[in-house]
Amino acid sequence: MSEEVTSKKIEVLNTTKIFGKNHKRAAQLLSEGKSKGEILKATGATVGVKNASFDVFEGEIFVIMGLSGSGKSTLVRLLNRLIDPTMGKILLDGEDIVQMNKEQLRQVRRKKIGMVFQNFALFPHKTILENTEYGLEIQGVAKEERKAKATESLRLVGLAGYEDQFPKQLSGGMQQRVGLARALANGPDILLMDEAFSALDPLIRKDMQDELLQLHHDMGKTIIFITHDLDEALRIGDRIALMKDGEIVQIGTPEEILMSPSNKYVERFVEDVDLSKVLTAGHIMKKADTVQVDRGPRVALRLMERLSISSIYVVDKGNRLIGAVTAQDAVQASESGKTLEEVLITDLSVVPPETVLTDLFDIVSTATIPVAVIDESKKIQGIIIRGALIGALAGDDQFINSDGTVDSVEEKDAEVALHE
Amino acid sequence: MNNLLPRLPFADWIDEGVDWLVTTFGTVFDSIADVLAGIVEGAVDGLDMVPSIILAVLFALLAWLISTRRIALFSLVGLLFIDYLGYWHPMLQMLALVLTSVVIALVIGIPIGIWGSQQAMARKVINPVLDLMQTMPAFVYLLPAIFFFNIGVVPGVVASVIFSMPPTIRLTMLGIEQVPKDLIEATEAFGSTTWQRLIKVQIPLAKPTIMAGVNQSIMLSLSMVVIASMVGAPGLGEEVYRAVTQLKTGVGFETGLSIVIVAIILDRITQHAGKKKQGGNTL
Repeated sequence: MSEEVTSKKIEVLNTTKIFGKNHKRAAQLLSEGKSKGEILKATGATVGVKNASFDVFEGEIFVIMGLSGSGKSTLVRLLNRLIDPTMGKILLDGEDIVQMNKEQLRQVRRKKIGMVFQNFALFPHKTILENTEYGLEIQGVAKEERKAKATESLRLVGLAGYEDQFPKQLSGGMQQRVGLARALANGPDILLMDEAFSALDPLIRKDMQDELLQLHHDMGKTIIFITHDLDEALRIGDRIALMKDGEIVQIGTPEEILMSPSNKYVERFVEDVDLSKVLTAGHIMKKADTVQVDRGPRVALRLMERLSISSIYVVDKGNRLIGAVTAQDAVQASESGKTLEEVLITDLSVVPPETVLTDLFDIVSTATIPVAVIDESKKIQGIIIRGALIGALAGDDQFINSDGTVDSVEEKDAEVALHE
Repeated sequence: MNNLLPRLPFADWIDEGVDWLVTTFGTVFDSIADVLAGIVEGAVDGLDMVPSIILAVLFALLAWLISTRRIALFSLVGLLFIDYLGYWHPMLQMLALVLTSVVIALVIGIPIGIWGSQQAMARKVINPVLDLMQTMPAFVYLLPAIFFFNIGVVPGVVASVIFSMPPTIRLTMLGIEQVPKDLIEATEAFGSTTWQRLIKVQIPLAKPTIMAGVNQSIMLSLSMVVIASMVGAPGLGEEVYRAVTQLKTGVGFETGLSIVIVAIILDRITQHAGKKKQGGNTL
């Protein structure tokens, strides 16, 4: 995703929020490098967000993650100034919202930013349709038009037919769909989602994540998503900012966060991640030993002997996988003068590199020949051996390729040629 | 002790203040008195033109519309019983006094409550004033009320307004403040103006609490009718007062019971008005 986007939608520059009366003194202490705890002791002021700087690109899902009290909810509220920052700049499409007057800010909230809340925050005295219409109603949009937009928005989230119900009559998941529809009805560029799915049970939550991803794919909004759940962050985030004690400790793609935690805190945070859902075939594959098909069975046999393996992948000149051959078959072929092609096993298990480990278990457990990882052009990327799969699940770094690729297999070929 | 500090003549100051108000704004108070007396007496005259049975039935229908059939039935029987006892006219006079006081209390009190809910500073001023209004013995302000508005129904109305307004103000403030914070955030996040937030979300959600305040105001206003009768306000209160001063225990109970019947009717009807119409909330 991130390669496609170019323009910065939101730029947050050195933004700080200090709660409490004595915030000037606290700001000074902060600039002297005092910790949150020391400042609280000295001034009674609480540092909510400390010197946050980041960019959110147009069309991405930017996740802000942290435990409760880490300042993530404060940070997201700075973006539409539900909370005013103490210091710093927040540029929205290049305009500093911190400098805006009330009316300008109201227009930004009405047109550009929609918000979805943790506990839904639906108006209990209004019907689902009236709730969804709210943003348009306060802008003075004509009744027919806002009804049409709200109905469409409800349809998008799968709630057509519930227009005349009241929020209390719906389940949590459905209520949050209304929350989402209400935010979408205004047609904002940016959606702020504050722990939007945290109050939902796990199954509903997963559905909602899927639907959000689908909506995001269809509508291309910029989404800033707050969560305390790393699995959720990894699942939906294009990029993740990890917060601790009001500070952003690391910003990166899910993979960067997982594979190269910038400090002990991030490391601890990610250590409990269900690796089988995050790591992919690309992460655990090993270099594949291959032989070009026109080399013949003797070369294949010799390679297998040297590497002490019982089967080898056979590729064409373009390094595209065409099959595999076992040592037994190779012996037979060389004795009876057959070509490699004639003894080729072609019904191999192959997977693309982005397959997550959960989906690999079954294939790997039943395959007699190690599973091959191939790209779209059928070029072989690597193979998966059972030991690496188990080792990676145990979190053992030696089995995990940090960048998701292995060195090209071509040099292996060169090596083989030399041996001949 | 007395000699350590000079005794400040607070009482004299207040007397002088009242005198000054009466002489300076006499005409203003007179016209206010005329208007109020006109409203109350007009209401009584209007109600008097309707035969008691028809009025009782109309009341019962109103009760049915707003609350339940049981309360409608109680209203019908109760009102006819008052008529049977012969207190119909004083009852109407009392009703006019109470309703006028309550309407004035609401018209002034609800906006003050809304104002107080929006500004912490306003709340700091309003709360002690409300304490004063509720605890200052009614007789104390009844006296200057007579200076301002003469004897009659008007000082009665004024005393009732003062005594009955605090719950409406307090419960309006409470109701609005109790609207969950995340709903307020939602209104803000969508770009509502303060006014839109109040009208579309806070006040509708505060309505049951505000109605509880209205209910309390009506009850307090009813409890003032006997005191109001001491400054010449007519009605059931006057009947009670007379019965008590003439040591007529039986008549006292009859009239007292009539007040109770009216109180129960008004209480049940207003309680229901607060509970109804909350859509999904009842589920």
